[in-house]
Amino acid sequence: MKVAHWLVIVAAVAVIWTSFAYLSLDLGQLLSAEAQTQMWKYTASFFPPDLSLDYLTRIGEGTLETIAISAIGTAVAALLGLLIALPAAGRFGIVARTIARLLPNFLRSIPELVWAALMVMAAGLGPLAGTLALALHTAGVIGRLFAESLENTPPEPAMALRLGGSGPALAFLYGTMPNVLPQLVAYALYRWEINIRMAAILGVVGAGGLGQMLYVSLSLFQQPQALTVIIAMLVLVALVDGASAWLRDRLVR
Amino acid sequence: MRGEGHAIRDPAAMPRLALALLIIALLWPGFRLTEFDLGVLLDPRNRETMGRFVATFFPLATSHEFLQLVLKSTLETLAIATAGMALAMLVAAPLSLAVSRSLSMSRVGPGPGRLAGTAARLPARFVLMFFRSIPEIVWALLFVRAVGLGPAAGVLAIGVTYGGMLGKVYSEILESNDTRPAVALLESGGGRLGAFFYGMFPVALPELVSYTVYRWECAVRASVIMGFVGAGGLGQQMELSMRMLNGGEVSTILLTFLLLVVLADAVSALLRRITQ
Amino acid sequence: MPTSDMTITLDRVSLTHPNGLRAVNGISCGIGRGERVAIIGPSGAGKTTLLRMIATALRPSDGTLSLLDVDPWRLDRAGLRRLRSRIGMVHQAPPIPPRQRVVTAVLAGKLGQWPLWKALASLVYPADIGGAQRMLERMEIADKLFERCDRLSGGQLQRVGVARVLYQQADLILTDEPVSAVDPALSDRIIGELNREAIARGVTLVASLHAVDLALHWFPRVIGIRNGEIVFDLSPVKISDAMLKDLYASESAVVPTQDSLPVAVPAAGIRRRPLCS
Repeated sequence: MKVAHWLVIVAAVAVIWTSFAYLSLDLGQLLSAEAQTQMWKYTASFFPPDLSLDYLTRIGEGTLETIAISAIGTAVAALLGLLIALPAAGRFGIVARTIARLLPNFLRSIPELVWAALMVMAAGLGPLAGTLALALHTAGVIGRLFAESLENTPPEPAMALRLGGSGPALAFLYGTMPNVLPQLVAYALYRWEINIRMAAILGVVGAGGLGQMLYVSLSLFQQPQALTVIIAMLVLVALVDGASAWLRDRLVR
Repeated sequence: MRGEGHAIRDPAAMPRLALALLIIALLWPGFRLTEFDLGVLLDPRNRETMGRFVATFFPLATSHEFLQLVLKSTLETLAIATAGMALAMLVAAPLSLAVSRSLSMSRVGPGPGRLAGTAARLPARFVLMFFRSIPEIVWALLFVRAVGLGPAAGVLAIGVTYGGMLGKVYSEILESNDTRPAVALLESGGGRLGAFFYGMFPVALPELVSYTVYRWECAVRASVIMGFVGAGGLGQQMELSMRMLNGGEVSTILLTFLLLVVLADAVSALLRRITQ
Repeated sequence: MPTSDMTITLDRVSLTHPNGLRAVNGISCGIGRGERVAIIGPSGAGKTTLLRMIATALRPSDGTLSLLDVDPWRLDRAGLRRLRSRIGMVHQAPPIPPRQRVVTAVLAGKLGQWPLWKALASLVYPADIGGAQRMLERMEIADKLFERCDRLSGGQLQRVGVARVLYQQADLILTDEPVSAVDPALSDRIIGELNREAIARGVTLVASLHAVDLALHWFPRVIGIRNGEIVFDLSPVKISDAMLKDLYASESAVVPTQDSLPVAVPAAGIRRRPLCS
């Protein structure tokens, strides 16, 4: 065990050293006096943030757009997730089940930002691309979870309704949905919280919201505006954190 | 009795209606703000571009040159994640020691240093929070502007963001562990560093390593994504291929990314098993 | 006897479970329209399996079964659904989603009869609050109309299950040990209400019961089964203590009654008052 520890330490140091060498990174150069003054000058150019009313209005619009992207993206994802989950839980036979099992795994293993880059190509620059990107990734996450909760839900209520002559769709709505709907809603709200954070930064690949404003202002060398956007992002995330903690307290109580 | 039955109203009806209206009122402007119009996807021009692009996803690009390029970018991504984590540990170690209350001299015996100690911990706490609150991709965007395109920006971005995260979690691990050995050392007049290395470090080590390895796994994923804003590695390669509408290359890189994630997952699980 | 007067006809019906266990072994019997029949027997005798076959939940592996003048397994999908909507079943554990409201759970009894639009609309606003309310009044839980089912006690929930079947207005009511988890006073009340319903509308009632005294008290015809075969099929006045003892011989000669502790049968321990319709 002790030998294994030492081996791990030696290996870790070797791997780290190799990494720096492979990237031909010179920490000394990065921390050199010249680099430091340059970094300092760059940092200073961000101050003071642009707090003009005009720009703050645009920030407000960007924030609203970010929230809208996350909300619509999550809502669409919940619908798509439900559509995926039904066959994935084996409701339409074994073949449909196998295919529907793979789909959510595929959707969620591609990060939101990669989806966003792809969607920017499909739908053009702007919030729609971000919305679709969030919808696709989140649909995978929700679809998988929802399929699991469908499989774990007791089949007796729906079965009893079928024996009473109701069709499969109604038996599902009356017998199964009441069990799984609260889970779906709770999980969609939780993903919404995560997606607000994500929507704020998706824009750096052109998918709308605050991220896109940040990208544009940095590209135009407008550092004070960029700093305002960053502050807005931090405030947004802090507000979302606070709101969700408050809600959770209320709901769990 | 029957007459009464008809007069009963569902008490949940009004709240449900109100909730439905509220949701519609909230989502409706959302559809307009996000320019949610799936027609865009069906627009003939977009559809043609996209259709041609998607059609090129298969077959995968497997030319020898390109595969070598992918291998190089993959190694670069791994190197960015690893170097970034090394930097993050350098950032996190001193800050977490400064923040951790368990190593507070003044707590050993209530003394005059107590207020000063708290005051000194605040800035360290603030720096950690500042580092981790800004997402890594934003840091990457900033560093690309500061030090230019390439892996250096990615390493710095991971170093800063993950430094903030590691610092916070390190200090929490140190505080949650059994602090009596360290306090005993402090009480017998040992220095803080001595108390740390002999009293705390051995107890907390497995947890510290396990968390660091887990974060390394996240860093691999993050370093791919940061490439999209020009911070090197696989992501930058994917961005280039996308821009050239070369679907075959994009799907090869996507596949590589998925394999890399699985691999990082396996390596991190293995490392954590060894160190436990 | 013309076929149209028969609700259930079993002709050498058997059922072998996939694991090779033969739960029902060549049972033949007929139950006429408006008859009220109790099925008793030791646990594992095949009561539930027999009932589930009559409910079309299980398909017999041998023999033929005719319900309300049709063979359910020769019907097409729509025909089977129509037949099933005429059969109401009270389950041992009420199969109701915990978060559903009582009113919705009761109205679900008519899902097989309502047109689709009505069933969907009822999810948004209950389609027949008054109807549900009347059934709950009969079960003395009308105050629970808008309560969520997970806020009810076990006995209350079972009464919701019975209210659903009453609301269904089925032509054949089946109950599978409906009161095995309910206290004696309430059991009596539930079985009594089901009997009153059957008498009032002239429909058939078949109940498998664990408590022998309930069966002998409320039903004019009692079928005893053991090892998947009919041991006796008689009016309760003709059933002797010896026959009961024999039926439950495998359960160490203890005949289960409503009291939580089953007691050995004393000569006059069980009331026999077959209800005349």
